Amino acid sequence: MLADKDRIFTNLYGLQDWRLEAAKARGAWNGTADIIRMGPEWIVEQVKASGLRGRGGAGFPTGLKWSFMPKEIGERPHYLVVNADESEPGTCKDREIMRHDPHLFIEGCLVASAAMRAHTCYIYVRGEYIAERNRLQAAIDEAYADGLVGPKACGTDWDFDIIVHHGAGAYICGEETALLESLEGKKGQPRLKPPFPANVGLYGAPTTVNNVESIAVAPTIIRRGAVWFAGLGRPNNAGTKLFCISGHVNRPCNVEEEMSIPLRTLIDTHAGGVRGGWDNLKAVIPGGSSVPVIPKEICDNVLMDFDALKEVQSGLGTAAVIVMDKSTDMIKAIARLSYFYRHESCGQCTPCREGTGWMWRVMERMVRGEAELSEIDTLLEVSYQIEGHTICALGDAAAWPVQGLIRHFRPEIEERINSYRKSRPVPVSTAAE
Amino acid sequence: MSVRRMAKEQPENFAFTLENLEVAKQRIAKYPAGKAQSAVIPLMWLAQKQNDGWVSEPAMRYLADLLDMALIRVYEVATFYTMFNLKPVGKFHVQLCGTTPCWLRGADALKNVCDKVIGPKGQTSEDGLFTWSEVECLGACVNAPMVQINDDYFEDLNAKSFEEILSHLRDGRQPKLGSARGRTSSEPEGDPTSLTEPGLYDPAVAAVPVTFTPTPAPESGEK
Repeated sequence: MLADKDRIFTNLYGLQDWRLEAAKARGAWNGTADIIRMGPEWIVEQVKASGLRGRGGAGFPTGLKWSFMPKEIGERPHYLVVNADESEPGTCKDREIMRHDPHLFIEGCLVASAAMRAHTCYIYVRGEYIAERNRLQAAIDEAYADGLVGPKACGTDWDFDIIVHHGAGAYICGEETALLESLEGKKGQPRLKPPFPANVGLYGAPTTVNNVESIAVAPTIIRRGAVWFAGLGRPNNAGTKLFCISGHVNRPCNVEEEMSIPLRTLIDTHAGGVRGGWDNLKAVIPGGSSVPVIPKEICDNVLMDFDALKEVQSGLGTAAVIVMDKSTDMIKAIARLSYFYRHESCGQCTPCREGTGWMWRVMERMVRGEAELSEIDTLLEVSYQIEGHTICALGDAAAWPVQGLIRHFRPEIEERINSYRKSRPVPVSTAAE
Repeated sequence: MSVRRMAKEQPENFAFTLENLEVAKQRIAKYPAGKAQSAVIPLMWLAQKQNDGWVSEPAMRYLADLLDMALIRVYEVATFYTMFNLKPVGKFHVQLCGTTPCWLRGADALKNVCDKVIGPKGQTSEDGLFTWSEVECLGACVNAPMVQINDDYFEDLNAKSFEEILSHLRDGRQPKLGSARGRTSSEPEGDPTSLTEPGLYDPAVAAVPVTFTPTPAPESGEK
C-alpha cells in the first residue's frame, strides 16, 4: 500500500482547508519560481524522466506530449488547455482535485504552461460542475492576489493568465479537439487529425490539451524528483494514480494509490471489499465505461496499470473501477452504457451516429432475450464496423463495452434468449403438426 | 445523438439585466480580441439562469447580436448541449443520473420517487415546482446514486433521503447538499484508509523548502 508520504493529493477528501495558505503549508507553490527558472527543456525532461503517462484515459507520455510544442513562440501564441470535462462514467477524480486541492492544480497549470511557452491557460470544466468551477475560480483569484499567477508569475519573468471556461453537458467535449471546438464557441464535434493541436489547436494556434490530474501532479513530481515518481509502479506504468471505486463495493471511494496495485488489493483495502465478499464478484469495468469489462477470473489477479489491463484486452482508461456483484444483470449494465454512447454521439460520423443507436436497440432486445442467437455475432460484427472507422474514439468507446460483454458473457446472453423463447407459447402452426 | 427542439410558445423578447450584461462583458474579455464567440456557452448558461431555467428563441437572437454570431450558430449550440433546456422547466430541475454506476447503486429507486412525487419524466409538476430528467453520468460515481437539482449535487441517496430532499424543496427549506449519508466527499465511509500518518500535515515536513540548480537531467525513468 502506498505510504501517505508518497501521496500527492493530501487533501483529496477536503478534510483540510483548500485555501492558499493551507495549501502552501501542505507543500503547494513551493519552489515554483525556481522550477520555472530552470527553463522549459529542463521541466519537460523531468516529466519525461518521471514516466508520467496522461491521466485522462489514453495514457500518452505527458513529457513527450509537451515536447511536441514549438520551441519558439512564433506569430501565434501558445496555449495550454486543461481538460476538466470529466464525464467518463465511473470517473470523479478531477472534481476532487478542483474543489479540494485547487492550488496544486493551478501551480501545475503554470509549470506546464512555462514548459510549453504558453502565456495563457484555459481550463474547460464540465458544465455541471458548478460548485467546482466556483471553487477553482476562488483559488485562482487567491493566486492572482498573491502574485503567483498573472504578470511576472511567482516573481519570474513569465507572464501567465489562467481562465476558467465551462461546457454545458456534452461527453464528447472530453475529446480534445471537440473540446477545442467547444471552447471556440461551436458545437463539440471532433476535428480530423492531422493537423494535431500542437500545431493547429485553439484559434489555430499551437495548443496542448492535458487532463487535470496529469497537470496537477507535475509540480510535486518535479519537487520530489523524477526518480521518486518513476520508482512507484511497474516500469512503463510509473507513479501514483487516483482511482475511483464505484458500484457494488461496501465503501465506494476515491483513493490515490500506487500504479500496478492488484485490483483485488485496491478494492479490499480501500473500498471495504466487494458487497457479499470477493466470491460474490461477477465482473469489473476497470477504467471507466469505455473499456471492456473483465470477469472475476481475470479480476482475481490482474494489476491496475496500463500494460496489465491491456494484456487482458481491457484498459486502465481513467482508472474508474466499476464493480459488479453476482446480482448484476450484465446485459442490462452494458445496455445502459450503449444508451449512454447513443445519447452522447455527436452525429458527425455515420458509423457512430447510426451504429450507437443500432447497438443500443439490439442490446435492449437482448436484455429481454428477444433476439435470435445469430444476432450476437451480428452485433459483434457491427461493433467492429464502428470501431476504428470514426474521427474520434467515441465509436471505439461505444464498441468496446459490447465486445467485452460478448467476449466474457456470451453464455448469459444465450441463456437469456433461450429462456425468453421457452416462455413464449409455441406457434400454432407448429403445434398442429 | 439526442434530438432537441425549441418550445412552440416563445416569449416576445430577451435582454440581459444590467448586472448580467456586466458579467457578460467580463466573460467576453477573457478571450482574445475577435474571439467573442468563445463566450457563447457561458453566456447562454447565464441567459438560462436569468430566464427561469430555459433558453428561449429571443435569447438566442440576443446572444447572436451580442457575440456577432450567425443565429444558426447560436441555435446549433443551444440544441447540441444538453444542459440547455429549450422548454420551460419547473422551479427545481431535477437531473437524475441514470448511467451504469448510479444504476448499479439504485438509481431506479430514485426514478420511482420522481414518478410518484413529481410525475412523468420531462413534464413539469402541476404546482410548477419540479421537472425531472434522466441525464448521463454527472461525475460523482463513488457517491452514487445522485441527482443534481438546479446547481447543486445531492449524493449517496436512497428513496427515503431523496424524498426528504424533494419535500424540503417543496416546503421552501434548503436541503443539505452533498452526501445524504454524512460523508464529507469521496472518502470511504467509516475509518479512513489513507491520509492518516501522523505528521503528514506538519509544514516542516510537507513544505520543506526546495530549490533547484542547473544540473544534467536524470536518466530515463524506465527501470
